[in-house]
Amino acid sequence: MRSKQLRARDMLRGDLEGEDLERYVEERVVMTNFDKMLNWGRANSLFPLTFGLACCAIEAPISIVTARYDLARFGAEALRASPRQADMIILSGRVSIKMAPVVRRLYDQMLEPKWAISMGACSSSGGMFSNYAVVQGADKFMPIDLHIPGCPPRPEAVLYGFTKLQRKIMGNPDPGWRQRYNAGGTEEWARGGPASTPSGEALEAYGAARELIRA
Amino acid sequence: MAEKVLVDDRATEVMTVNIGPHHPATHGVLRLIVDLEGEVVRDLKPVIGYVHTGIEKSCEDKSYWKVIPFVERMDYVSYFFQMEAYCGAVERLVGLEIPERAKYLRVIFLELNRIHSHLVWLGTTALDLGAISMLWYCFRERDKILDLFEMATGQRMHTRYFQVGGVIEDIPIGFEKKLREFVDDMPTRVEQYQALLDRNEIFLSRTKDVGIVSRERLLELGVTGPLLRAAGEPWDLRKAFDYLCYPEMDFKIPVGTVGDGYDRYRVRLAEMVESTRIVKQALEGLPEGPHIADDRKYVLPPRSELPTSMESLIHHFKLVTEGFRVEPGEVYYAIESPRGELGCFVLADGSSKPSRVHFRDPSFVNLQAFKDMSIGGYVADMIASLGMLDPILGGVDR
Amino acid sequence: MPDAPGLELIRGEIEQDNPGAVRETSFDRGQPALIVDPEQVLAVLGWLRDAPGQGYTFLSSLHVADYLPAEPRFAVHYELLNRNRVERIRVKAMLGPIAGDDALPEIDSCVELFPTAEFQEREAYDFFGIVFRGHPDMTRILLPDDYVGWPQRRDFPIGGEPVLFTYNENDRG
Repeated sequence: MRSKQLRARDMLRGDLEGEDLERYVEERVVMTNFDKMLNWGRANSLFPLTFGLACCAIEAPISIVTARYDLARFGAEALRASPRQADMIILSGRVSIKMAPVVRRLYDQMLEPKWAISMGACSSSGGMFSNYAVVQGADKFMPIDLHIPGCPPRPEAVLYGFTKLQRKIMGNPDPGWRQRYNAGGTEEWARGGPASTPSGEALEAYGAARELIRA
Repeated sequence: MAEKVLVDDRATEVMTVNIGPHHPATHGVLRLIVDLEGEVVRDLKPVIGYVHTGIEKSCEDKSYWKVIPFVERMDYVSYFFQMEAYCGAVERLVGLEIPERAKYLRVIFLELNRIHSHLVWLGTTALDLGAISMLWYCFRERDKILDLFEMATGQRMHTRYFQVGGVIEDIPIGFEKKLREFVDDMPTRVEQYQALLDRNEIFLSRTKDVGIVSRERLLELGVTGPLLRAAGEPWDLRKAFDYLCYPEMDFKIPVGTVGDGYDRYRVRLAEMVESTRIVKQALEGLPEGPHIADDRKYVLPPRSELPTSMESLIHHFKLVTEGFRVEPGEVYYAIESPRGELGCFVLADGSSKPSRVHFRDPSFVNLQAFKDMSIGGYVADMIASLGMLDPILGGVDR
Repeated sequence: MPDAPGLELIRGEIEQDNPGAVRETSFDRGQPALIVDPEQVLAVLGWLRDAPGQGYTFLSSLHVADYLPAEPRFAVHYELLNRNRVERIRVKAMLGPIAGDDALPEIDSCVELFPTAEFQEREAYDFFGIVFRGHPDMTRILLPDDYVGWPQRRDFPIGGEPVLFTYNENDRG
């Protein structure tokens, strides 16, 4: 401890030379490539959307931000209310047929890059409710990156799922599979609204930007 | 829809605003279509059904004991109450008496669930009103209750603990000690919450005289529970109808005077203290005995008997594959849940599946009072009234 | 609860003012019920609420049950509660067979007598297709507005998807 302080003092004064200087710098500099750093940043500061549907909502997002199962230690404590400011949506609870278009619209309003976690059995596959009123799995109408089983899953299970999502983000997978849901970009593009036929230059620019992000 | 209102000689238009179903303050997916004149609410229309799960229809397809996990997931914060309403209704249909120990155990878990529900309410409502630190304190206690549930039943939420005839398992060793620690600790915690909020000026000005509806109007609208008690009507189904072992418990019912948001808050906090007293009395008076009825036609025999007794094996087989049959008839059984009167209607048609299961959910009926509470007030007061109304959308939509 | 003789007394008193209103009484598992003619259900409910000595002023629950294949098929249940004497009584209005496929069974709405029935009658309409005449807003409440069908009827299928195994994974429609 004392030796570290002495070395720091020497460094500040400009007294470290040669091998000492090299060793000092090596211990403090990390060499990586830009993508890894970018993904590390993304994974460790996710902004979840405050979105709870039913029973799983009591376990998350309410219970995992409380003191016992602290979500803040993973960097995700800033829950945003507006989908434009969030980059992760946790579907906690059963998705009924009346709610499905609302959820899809919320997902479309989120800006790229975005991820979706389907928490619990009901949003992953309809759960125990195999009837006329529940959509049998949210991945029937929107792309889901991670499914967490349980009814309701324990907060520890949600946190484990969360760390898996972080590892997935750091691995930077190709989001091309989301085209199956027509879920590239935000809502104007996905839903065929009035702004969804852009001009040629806008298309090129967007395509180029997407290549850049994906590469 | 433009109205001219002569306030300072200015004309104001009425603006229709859609709040929800996704909104930071709505307790679940409630959508409100509000007609606003400036900041004053002129008309309000709740649109519900965003978490409608068709539970009542699903129940018609399952045998009687398989319905229990479905029915718990309606009002997802007070799950033991739904189990009790349904199991009580089926027990009355079948004519089954539950043993004393089961009654006391049921009351212990019901009152613990009531405290849990009020804690969740207090944490989230205070969060809506801006007192963010209450969330952390309330959920600290809530985690202790969930630890107790997990110790006895294996699950934190949706425990499937009550069965037709009693409770599924006896409490483990060490549960009484942990419960006693919790019960001794809880009154001081409630005092801490009161110290934080009771005299807080901001909380007072946001809840005093906000959302007042007269007692007669509440009764007309069918509102029950803490909302009715805060308006001055001492009506509690635990005292009115004798069910389980409540007649042997000594507890009071907190009643308010004015019926505004502050009274509702005080009533619920006092109910938490009373529930702690009930749990303590039930724990001390817990009798020995079986934890479930021993009528093998309706109740699974204990596993230890299965290898030796042929009859038990046959009963077990029949109960697990087909379930028990109930003579045709119908019954309506109501209990006092943390939100009001929770009633369960079961119609049996002689087969092993119920023909109709309907729940009279308190949040569904209480929501009709929301319009009366908010009209003429400000938008912010509407949000405060919504918090004090304590709707749980799983129960509203079923 | 009014016991069986008490129930007969109530029936007698109602019959004096509204002959033919009460079709039968039933006292099953300790719960009294009056089975009434749907055209006179408002008179019976009003009498139970207002007659001195009765005082069933609180409508606990309004729900519908489908008794298919028995006729008449639908029964609208009114669970009334007398808070002073702490007694419950049930009024059942049996709705007759539907003439023609598209006609929906109708009954008078009791929103004037008991304002609490507003949401509950909408729910009955939503799930069973029973129209309450005189209701201020007879629209669907829990299902999407454009939903076709009355889900809670006994002949409506439960829906959902069959579980996929390897033997049937290729023939999902």
